[in-house]
Amino acid sequence: MKHSIAFFTILGKEIRRFTRIWPQTLLPPAISTALYFLIFGKLIGDRVGTISGETYMNYIVPGIILMSVISHAYSNVVSSFYSTKFQQHIEELLVAPVPNWVILAGYVSGGIARGILVGIVVAAIATMFTEVKVMHWDVAAAVFVLTATLFSLLGFINAVFADSFDAISIIPNFVLTPLSYLGGVFYSLTMLPGIWQQVALANPILYMVNAFRYGLIGVSDVDINLAFAITGGFIVLLTGFSLFLLHRGTGIKN
Amino acid sequence: MHALSIKQLKKTYNNGFEALKGVDLEVESGDFFALLGPNGAGKSTLIGIISSLVNKSSGSVSVCGHDLARENDQAKSCIGLVPQEINFNQFETVKNVVLYQAGFYGIPRKQALQRTEVCLKQMDLWEKRDTVSRRLSGGMKRRLMIARAMVHSPRLLILDEPTAGVDIEIRRSMWQLMRDVNQQGTTIILTTHYLEEAESLCRNIAIINGGRIIEKSSMSDLLSRINIEHFVLDIVTPLTAAPAIPGYVIELADEKTLNVTVPKNLGLNSLFAQLSMRGITVSSLKNKSNRLEQLFIDLVQ
Repeated sequence: MKHSIAFFTILGKEIRRFTRIWPQTLLPPAISTALYFLIFGKLIGDRVGTISGETYMNYIVPGIILMSVISHAYSNVVSSFYSTKFQQHIEELLVAPVPNWVILAGYVSGGIARGILVGIVVAAIATMFTEVKVMHWDVAAAVFVLTATLFSLLGFINAVFADSFDAISIIPNFVLTPLSYLGGVFYSLTMLPGIWQQVALANPILYMVNAFRYGLIGVSDVDINLAFAITGGFIVLLTGFSLFLLHRGTGIKN
Repeated sequence: MHALSIKQLKKTYNNGFEALKGVDLEVESGDFFALLGPNGAGKSTLIGIISSLVNKSSGSVSVCGHDLARENDQAKSCIGLVPQEINFNQFETVKNVVLYQAGFYGIPRKQALQRTEVCLKQMDLWEKRDTVSRRLSGGMKRRLMIARAMVHSPRLLILDEPTAGVDIEIRRSMWQLMRDVNQQGTTIILTTHYLEEAESLCRNIAIINGGRIIEKSSMSDLLSRINIEHFVLDIVTPLTAAPAIPGYVIELADEKTLNVTVPKNLGLNSLFAQLSMRGITVSSLKNKSNRLEQLFIDLVQ
């Protein structure tokens, strides 16, 4: 009971934070994805033709939604937890009887909440350009939540190690964005030449994008079960590592 | 029961610096306790370990009978910390700063709202409850940190230089607040560089230096050890040399000011009598330094 109050306090604080600054958190993905749909989906997509029997617009919708979920789940936790460290109000949590798993669950749930909310906003924008189908609700919902969880955990770990504002923008800019663009959002794996198909399979985001695409339009380049196994495996690994860092006090205790 | 019991506490930082070299300390329940020491003596490390902000290297800390390592939740619930630096979210409202802290301590919302109101009213901040906290004055920010630390009704309140940087008027009002909190049964540990503050408020005292407790006694016992006092005398007629009076050390600071060291056994009456005999009229007198300050300097040097 006591710990659930602490958990909901952290989660409530996180949700209030990103909804209070909605012009920075919710509006930009709406505008940028509207431009993606207009330029890639409509103007260029009409000339591309179909992929796996779907129009190009329909083919890219799942990836663009998931790309927004990935970047916003990550950036919510990394910026919020780093600010908490930077302004020293992490001490409010450390002096209180809040177990490490509650701290982690609270911040990660905040990231999931923002990821899901942004995903819904982007999906709503997509309906202005095409009919958004959901062929497998269970798969789509599971991938949606698991992807947000995984990248919230990564954001948390980034924030724990970060010692400057530069350190919280390096990974999103130089790792996450390239991996997202190369994760099969805009193309099918089969369109890549020879060896590059094997290289692309080393990108974990590819599995999530394809699993989500399967949930929405029933098309995937990879085995869905393998996609769930990879995502779940990463979540378990990153959760364990985050708890280890909190236990050691890395980056937050002297 | 002891509000705080520390045994053989040691802390060595990763860079090899030994901040605490085996600290033993006990603070009785209900006490108003001063923990003094020069900068770098180990005060902040000690407070950091007690309040779970710093990991200890070895030793034990027990708060209100609960071992900090084995009964972490119970021990933490007994402590309220007012840190040296402003450490609340400056973008939150005053009310939310306190309300969130109540949530972290697991206090249900209805009760948390009541406690927030009580604490903010006690710190005279209720009218500011909807103000964004970065807009508060320095003194108000300090009071907000006390309200936040009190929201879960801690049995031990640690105040780490709570009046640093605030003007004398606010400092005096904060002294009264601290006295009230202590009189309501909360044990207080105070660190401060204003030794007048410690002398005026605290009943017992420990002095830490170089990572060790070098003195621990009641304030009255410690002060009774002083056998000399230093005074500054302003005189009416200018002098060219300091008068020589047996038993007293007198220096001429300027032509109308004397610095006098007075042994406790001789007192001031005899000094004034001797000065009068030499035709020297004293217009005013003040302590050159606070009594505790003098002792503190002697102990840590």
